[in-house]
Amino acid sequence: MRFEVNGAPVDADPAPGQVLRTLLREHGHVEVKKGCDSGDCGACTVLLDGRPTHSCLVPAYRASGRAVTTVAGLDPRVGQSFIDAAAFQCGFCTAGLVTTVAGLGLTTDDEETARLLKGNLCRCTGYRSICDAVAGRRNTVDPVPGQDAGRSVRSPAACRIVTGREPFTLDVATTDLAHLAVLGSPHAHARIVAIDTTAALAAPGVLAVLTHEDSPTTLFSTARHESRLDDPDDTRVLDPVLRFHGQRVAVVVAESLREATRALRLIEVEYEVLPAVLDPEQARASGAPLVHGDKGPEARISEPSRNVVAQLHAEMGSVSDALAASAHRVRGTYRTRRVSHAALETHATRGWLDEDGRLVLRTSTQVPYLVRDEIAHIFALDPAKVRVLTGRVGGGFGGKQELLTEDVVALAVLRTGRAVQYEMTRADEFTIVPSRHPVRVEVELGADADGVLTAMRIDVLTDTGAYGNHGPGVMFHGVSESVAVYRCANKRVDAEAVYTHTLPSGAFRGYGLGQVIFAVESAMDDLAQSVGISAFDVRRRNVVVPGDRLLVADPDEVGDLDMHSYGMDQCLDLVEAALADRSADLPAPPGTHVGAGTAVAMIATIAPRGHYAEASVRLLDDGRYEISVGTTEFGNGTTTVHGQLVAQALGTTVDRIVIRQSDTDVTGYDTGAFGSAGVVVAGLALHRAALQLRTKILSAAAALRDHPSDEPRTWDSQDLTPESASGVPLTEIARAAPGLAGQGTHDGSPRSVAFNVHGFRVAVDPATGEVTVLRSVQAVDAGTVLHPEQLRGQVEGGTGQAIGTALYEEMRLDDEGRVTTASFRSYHVPQMVDLPRTEVLFADTADDLGPLGAKSMSEAPYNPVAPALANAIRDAVGIRPHELPMSADRLWRLLQA
Amino acid sequence: MDLTSLDRIRAAHDRTELALGPRSAPLAGGTWLFSEPQPGLEELVDLTTLGWPSVEQTADGLTLAATCTIRSLADLPPVPGWRSQHLVQQCARSLVASEKIWDWATVGGNICVALPAGALTTLAVALDATALVWTPDGGERREPVASLVTGVRTTSVGPGEVLRSVELSAEVLAQPVAFRRIALTRHGRSGAIVVGRRDDAGGLVVTLTAGVTHPHRLAFPTLPTPDELAAAVDAVEDWYDDPHGSPDWRRAMTLRLAEQVREELA
Repeated sequence: MRFEVNGAPVDADPAPGQVLRTLLREHGHVEVKKGCDSGDCGACTVLLDGRPTHSCLVPAYRASGRAVTTVAGLDPRVGQSFIDAAAFQCGFCTAGLVTTVAGLGLTTDDEETARLLKGNLCRCTGYRSICDAVAGRRNTVDPVPGQDAGRSVRSPAACRIVTGREPFTLDVATTDLAHLAVLGSPHAHARIVAIDTTAALAAPGVLAVLTHEDSPTTLFSTARHESRLDDPDDTRVLDPVLRFHGQRVAVVVAESLREATRALRLIEVEYEVLPAVLDPEQARASGAPLVHGDKGPEARISEPSRNVVAQLHAEMGSVSDALAASAHRVRGTYRTRRVSHAALETHATRGWLDEDGRLVLRTSTQVPYLVRDEIAHIFALDPAKVRVLTGRVGGGFGGKQELLTEDVVALAVLRTGRAVQYEMTRADEFTIVPSRHPVRVEVELGADADGVLTAMRIDVLTDTGAYGNHGPGVMFHGVSESVAVYRCANKRVDAEAVYTHTLPSGAFRGYGLGQVIFAVESAMDDLAQSVGISAFDVRRRNVVVPGDRLLVADPDEVGDLDMHSYGMDQCLDLVEAALADRSADLPAPPGTHVGAGTAVAMIATIAPRGHYAEASVRLLDDGRYEISVGTTEFGNGTTTVHGQLVAQALGTTVDRIVIRQSDTDVTGYDTGAFGSAGVVVAGLALHRAALQLRTKILSAAAALRDHPSDEPRTWDSQDLTPESASGVPLTEIARAAPGLAGQGTHDGSPRSVAFNVHGFRVAVDPATGEVTVLRSVQAVDAGTVLHPEQLRGQVEGGTGQAIGTALYEEMRLDDEGRVTTASFRSYHVPQMVDLPRTEVLFADTADDLGPLGAKSMSEAPYNPVAPALANAIRDAVGIRPHELPMSADRLWRLLQA
Repeated sequence: MDLTSLDRIRAAHDRTELALGPRSAPLAGGTWLFSEPQPGLEELVDLTTLGWPSVEQTADGLTLAATCTIRSLADLPPVPGWRSQHLVQQCARSLVASEKIWDWATVGGNICVALPAGALTTLAVALDATALVWTPDGGERREPVASLVTGVRTTSVGPGEVLRSVELSAEVLAQPVAFRRIALTRHGRSGAIVVGRRDDAGGLVVTLTAGVTHPHRLAFPTLPTPDELAAAVDAVEDWYDDPHGSPDWRRAMTLRLAEQVREELA
């Protein structure tokens, strides 16, 4: 067949059943993305004879004789409006959004536009900035030499993102690429008795069929941390025991994905089906089937004989005595469900052997260095023989702090010698990729007559699924800042993370805090009711203040976490004042009850036990600079901030900074982009490197001027300009001192804390259970604001994702442990129409530790949202929801009681 | 998504090429077929090459080809006297998918997929549409769409049969209708839909979809009282349970929407 793409003729011979999206990508049009492959997310939108079309739904042959326009072939004006509005974060949905907006000719951000864009999902932004782009509002400014820190400059990738030229993980050309497909377990718990791969091996195009017999026996964890000892070693690349529905049974490597997929059904497997435990409460009961009963102490599982992977039981003071003497007591049990990260780019890895025989993995990960080290560990390779790199990553939210595709690609590459790709489907993302932990939290609080806390007790049960991965970390973090944020002499924490024969749970924005904060902040609201004081006052009387120690339940706790800046007081005041003003409210629909609610959250600015970064800045021959940093960009915006920090230190502008990043060949080491560390760890290392280079440049300039060196002045002095240092052209300095560079490191300690307060006013329809948000406001204590528009975007995006968790999103499992919500049609990710505008307010603080006084602020905005919403709903209807999501049907049922 | 199980997609040009094997399925817009893996399916037979006229409008009413796209139907100019024509837009906007698929998704495809929230099923049942089904022996049969959709993903369309068209009478198109819908999310998949229609004899026909496993058509010879209507709705037992709403909520919402429809048409 023949058709036209962006005006150029294309001859193609599509496979039977092939859709236009994959055909376009095969022909190099990688600007057309795959987000869901089912017509729900819009990332693959192209214009077909001028009409916006989900190219994943159109059989390729139907494009015959027709004209396709991709984002790369559009009039650039719509893309420019996305640049000016900073209307993307990870940017994976952007090509499809720009194409849809252009194809439909949308120019206003009204209800009609929100309806027409319901088939374009963005998981990062919360949509406000996209509305700005559609309406032509500008949120960015031009760079100014030496002054870019603190200003909303454009992201360095902006032009490439909006034209589809930014290469994400699979958007590079690789010749002779083979593909792999995975056979998943049909049982929640089974042992492979026999497996016959003969027929599959004989199928056309098949290069290899890999089973547990081909797998390294080294146990590892898919979770990745600075120390591999943080996470239990309970996972194999391919395991003869299957512990959840969908777990890898066998892998086919073939010349094409079609051939690999077709060969899967030829693999014959005999299973011994074993009893399974699906419920986390039952998992701890005696006689329950054991998930990892075969593991010894070397696996670092707390109690394999009780399905407990981690536990904490700690008390300071006497909670029972204090409760008995308390004037006010409240208690409740709260539940949260599994949530999918729903990053628009699915997990994917492409691997090959380079000319030196090194194993190279280009992968969608937040942690390339940690993946490199663990791949070397699993396959007994010298880490120097493994290179891991990323392109821009299409969203993470914690879901890519995992090793989920790299291991099996490494196995396939090492076995076949071929370049091999593994791209997960959207269904894989729902059924086998770790989800947010479902958590049950019981809270009990005691307080004196004034509402001052006397006792605080929480009992937490997290369901970590079939493999431990982030289970211990999420459990310990979940009960940490959520409890430490309150000053109270008597505290008790009981927490256990348990295995079940269900898909694993993993790292997700907030890392356990969101679930526990939902419970604690709901209980604090009940306490305010009981005492008869405002929700703001009950918190003012109890939150930690400067001078307090941050204690969970150990009075002798000595750590590296402290308040190196404090903005909780300002955040409470800002939200209280905002909610007091009703002029900005949307009107309440008729027949609804209106209420307001708030909640607070505290979070450490860096993950504990070390987070390391090495970074460098080099003067280029043309007077620009090149930075080398290990962190990945996946919509967190750290790359923009890195450019700002360096430009500020070197008196230049962000557009004169060349960025090399997220490649184990680029710099010595970087723990990775998690725990919101991109600015406060890698950014600080980079800022140090830039300051060192500044000194070197000024010294070199002074030497060239042939007079005694003046002591270089402070970092913001005007003697370094984009063109010269102390009057000497930078090009001349680069010639005279080739390779002039600065180095910086940071070890991630000590650590500070950041604060967030959210406020909502809602209207609840008691007849239907529907919630309408009338007002949403979040005040954040982020220290120095390095990029106001990006920070606002992180807060709005975190709020939007949390509103999804709070109101809509729920992964459902059937009674055999099979996930039944495996697409965006059955699992509702918020659309543009679903999310309210959130007003974002900044506390005026500066941190002693972070670069230029900045703190991290990526995970934090998520945490106070669900309880603030629950508290507003309770205020509206007088009944407290104890369970997420607070969907219309659940709320309606609550109101029937 | 690529349907890797397929060996071929065959374009049909006349009825003799419509023979469907056990691993074959007819292809219209493809917006559902290509949205999920179709294990076991080896062949698709493209109906859109048969050249069926999308919309045939006569004094007797409207015949919609199974391959008529939702766009073609939605773009039909308003016909004077057809008081129920606005139902087309309301149903089309109830689709969970974006309007971008209106260019491809078809009337027949939506009905034959037989999802409880099938928006075109709602339209067809609410307007007493008749399905024309081609039988494998070269014959044809007619059946109300209300009984053609028998359950979640099941229809009375037998092996080798193909839905050819859907017929709407001018008489019904002229009758007033009221539409109500609720979903757990604003533009998400419908949780419950109720459509009411006053017939020329003064009766009321109430169609329930989305909240139930198959369409229910409740006919009243005269305008029912609120209690009579509620009793009829309450006699329904197959409230649907899926992530788009719990059965108890769907029952309550359907009762509420039915009463709103009754009031509007009273």
